[in-house]
Amino acid sequence: MDESRGRTTLSRRDVLLRLWTWGTGLAVIDPRIARAVDSAKTVLKPTRKAQARSVIQIWLSGGPSHLDTFDPKPNAGSDYCGPLNKPISTNVAGIQIGELLPLLAQQADKYSIVRSMTHGVNAHETASYLVQTGHNPGEGLVYPCLGAVVTLFRGYDHGYQGLVPPYIALTTPLGRFSEAGFLGEQYAPFATGGDPNQKRFTVEGIVSEGLTDRRSHGRRELVRSLDTFGKTMSDNPYFRRVDECERKADETVAKAAKLFDLSQETNETRERYGRNTFGQSCLAARRLVEYGVPYVIINSPGWDTHKQHFQIMRQKLPQLDQGLANLLSDLAARGLLSSTIVWCCGEFGRTPKIDWQPPWNGGRGHFGHCFSALVAGGGFAGGHVIGATDARGEEVAQRPVYPQDLLGSIIRLLGVDPSGILPNDRGLSVQVMPAKEGGRGRLDEIM
Amino acid sequence: MASRQGRARLGGPGSHSRSRSIEVLVLIAALSIFPLANAYARSPIGGLFETERERIPGNAIDSFVEPRLRACGLEPAPLCSDEVFVRRVHLDVIGTLPLPKEVRRFLADRRTDKRAALVDELLKRDEFADYWSLKWCDLLRVKSEFPGNLWPNAVQAYHRWVHDAIRENWPYDRFARELLTSSGSNFRVAPVNFYRAIQSRQPSSIAEAVALSFMGTRIAKWPEAQRLGMASFFTRVVYKSTSEWKEEIVELDPAATLPLKAVFPDGSTVKISPDQDPRRVFADWLVAPQNPWFARNVVNRVWSWLLGHGIIHEPDDIRPDNPPVLPELLSFLEKELVNARYDLVHVYRLILNSRTYQQSSIVRSEHPAAESLFARYPVRQLDAEVLIDAICGITGVGEDYWSSTPEPFTFIPESQRTITLADGSITSSFLEMFGRPARDTGLESERRNQPTEAQRLHLLNSTHIQRKIARSERLRRLVQTGRRKAPELIRLIYLGVLSRNPTEDEMTAVESYCRSCGLNPLQIGQDLVWALFNTKEFLCKH
Repeated sequence: MDESRGRTTLSRRDVLLRLWTWGTGLAVIDPRIARAVDSAKTVLKPTRKAQARSVIQIWLSGGPSHLDTFDPKPNAGSDYCGPLNKPISTNVAGIQIGELLPLLAQQADKYSIVRSMTHGVNAHETASYLVQTGHNPGEGLVYPCLGAVVTLFRGYDHGYQGLVPPYIALTTPLGRFSEAGFLGEQYAPFATGGDPNQKRFTVEGIVSEGLTDRRSHGRRELVRSLDTFGKTMSDNPYFRRVDECERKADETVAKAAKLFDLSQETNETRERYGRNTFGQSCLAARRLVEYGVPYVIINSPGWDTHKQHFQIMRQKLPQLDQGLANLLSDLAARGLLSSTIVWCCGEFGRTPKIDWQPPWNGGRGHFGHCFSALVAGGGFAGGHVIGATDARGEEVAQRPVYPQDLLGSIIRLLGVDPSGILPNDRGLSVQVMPAKEGGRGRLDEIM
Repeated sequence: MASRQGRARLGGPGSHSRSRSIEVLVLIAALSIFPLANAYARSPIGGLFETERERIPGNAIDSFVEPRLRACGLEPAPLCSDEVFVRRVHLDVIGTLPLPKEVRRFLADRRTDKRAALVDELLKRDEFADYWSLKWCDLLRVKSEFPGNLWPNAVQAYHRWVHDAIRENWPYDRFARELLTSSGSNFRVAPVNFYRAIQSRQPSSIAEAVALSFMGTRIAKWPEAQRLGMASFFTRVVYKSTSEWKEEIVELDPAATLPLKAVFPDGSTVKISPDQDPRRVFADWLVAPQNPWFARNVVNRVWSWLLGHGIIHEPDDIRPDNPPVLPELLSFLEKELVNARYDLVHVYRLILNSRTYQQSSIVRSEHPAAESLFARYPVRQLDAEVLIDAICGITGVGEDYWSSTPEPFTFIPESQRTITLADGSITSSFLEMFGRPARDTGLESERRNQPTEAQRLHLLNSTHIQRKIARSERLRRLVQTGRRKAPELIRLIYLGVLSRNPTEDEMTAVESYCRSCGLNPLQIGQDLVWALFNTKEFLCKH
């Protein structure tokens, strides 16, 4: 925390509070007010000419193996490759990816692969926090995830007027820490709950289960006639806020339910994305960014494959392949890829060397030394590989990329200077996303 | 910790038909002796929530508050009604709705000192320790992770220690002193976790946490020399891991050989020899009766917890340029605490028995200073944990809390109430949505009991709430057993959800719904519970 700033300046909220108490004659005028009001005018804003407007994050929670996905090492031997030793060529000359990703191989011109992601942390919690926030824990503050930062710059504070929340998690929140950090709850994701692969995608709070319209309507009427206490002081500010929230909630339900209704898509489309939770989440994400939602995260669990690694890869990678490849090709076909960033990775990679000993019997452990990330759209060029790992995928060999530099690149494409000051109501002077000290900077090669 | 989930809410224990019918008889008797609903129908609406009879004596607190109000041209609000009081004081003191039978007993009680008697009773309840442990664990940042890493075992030990201290009503100075001066294992000597539940372990961060917790002040606003002077008391704190997984020893650096020079926040300096514990020297200074921060901080916090606004506001931002709005009241409460040998329950009792606390929350005109001068009891949204406990308690359908990270995994039985959860990082969309604090900073403002659109969506439309009502065996038994007539059912549901009887108008509205909706009695009961969950009255303390 920059303490000197805390001592001499006031947050915008302080100013409003002070102006208010001043108006009531209860407080003295603080000479710092004038200065704080001035500085509030220069609060960091996104530029209008930004390339990217929306972000879809595909979070492979638990840490997927880089060797079996985007950084194959067929020459490293069977202790490293196991049964997956025949990588496939893509539609970009010279780029090969894992053999279980044939559909993504046909879309390689649309994305770039960062093979030299690194942070060196092997614990899920710490690594997740680091990759999502760009900060190490223990820095004295709890930082917001990228989704919350994007919501700050692209959500209701800056012109988003959608009826669904600006930051949506399909279908669960991350769970290990609060995504909004010190920015506060209004920048936290709305988690849909439910399962988009079910006949009816019951989105918590928006699409409810099995009530007739007549009964729903009757119940609402009943609430109104029983709101005796609320009516005793209808101009109470707190009650007015409740009413205002309720009015917005009703608007959301009326119009947003359709957005989450995947039966509006053809069967062919739904099949193409894969009839599983992940595939249908990709389809829902496409519908949401089409509508204008600035940030969608798909939280895909189950990548922590200490045991039965290859069995799980054969089950999960085809789903990832189908969902993500169709998402990219659909976004491109609809002209949305140029304004939508898609990024996909987990909190780390997995040990290149397979552990054949019991109890692992062919598993891979946590590996923060290097891992891969996929980035596409919104101003990121496709068809490139950034950085490289060594012959066995155990060390970064070229151009290390740290989480903060990947996140900072995304923020820049959204029209926000990542080295600017993150607006906040605590009067903290912290950069949006400082570059990694001693790192090689943002992904200028593909921006 | 005793679970209260099993206690019946909607009007009877349910499984014993004899006691149920007795309760119904008692209810009918109570209703015939006190035809309250009828009385309300004749008086203006305030009559339900306020009383014109000044039945409580009030106390010294009122003699500080009321003259100031009048000087500002404000009248104190009328006294709240017994129905409002019984619900309010349960929610404020034990974070728990009263059971229907508790409401009925209180309303039927004709003693003139029944409010004071109820206060005394609640201050002794187990849930008092449950609820205030929740509050203190917010301030002490008790969560297994993340990004702090207290770890689950230490969280349980720390929470248990806080709970014991509150249940046994330790003098507050002892509570603070043990937190500040303990050494040992995070699993075995629980209060050492005070030094571990901090974002960074630099002496300056420790000083910041100590000042915030026990002095109610933010040292980021102090001059640098003053900050460093205070930080030096904590320069000898060291952390050592052991061979046991996730165990950590907090102790003083045994290698220290030089005397330490430190400066108390009031500017006086002290030289501490290597065989002295600098934390103890600091604690001696802090808990001394004449210390200008220690008692002031805690009485101001208790006041703000009960009355929604600090005498110094925000309650954790005490500084010379943020003066108390009623300085004499604050000094009075400080003296009361010190003279009562730091018995915090004494301060609770004083505040709860004041007329100021027992004012109505209804205001006819919004005066901007009404809230900060305590011209009424402020309407406040229920804490997330209290709200979900109320919903679970009424329906009898609990929450399923679990966490697969970090290890060891945590699974909480469905019967355990949310206010008793030790770990602030247990995952729950509901709690986050309704403003549970992240327990990162220990700031009071981390808890955000403000309405949001997502909250409205959730209460109105979510499967989560719908299912609790639909699966409520308690409601099913209430509706389907015995031969209760509709008005009785409606009253029982009202007592369970809003802790009062329905007014005549409400009764008419529900009866007309019964006739027109074409639903069976169970469905009507479900709809009524759902509708009352969605009233503002249910959502807040008032």
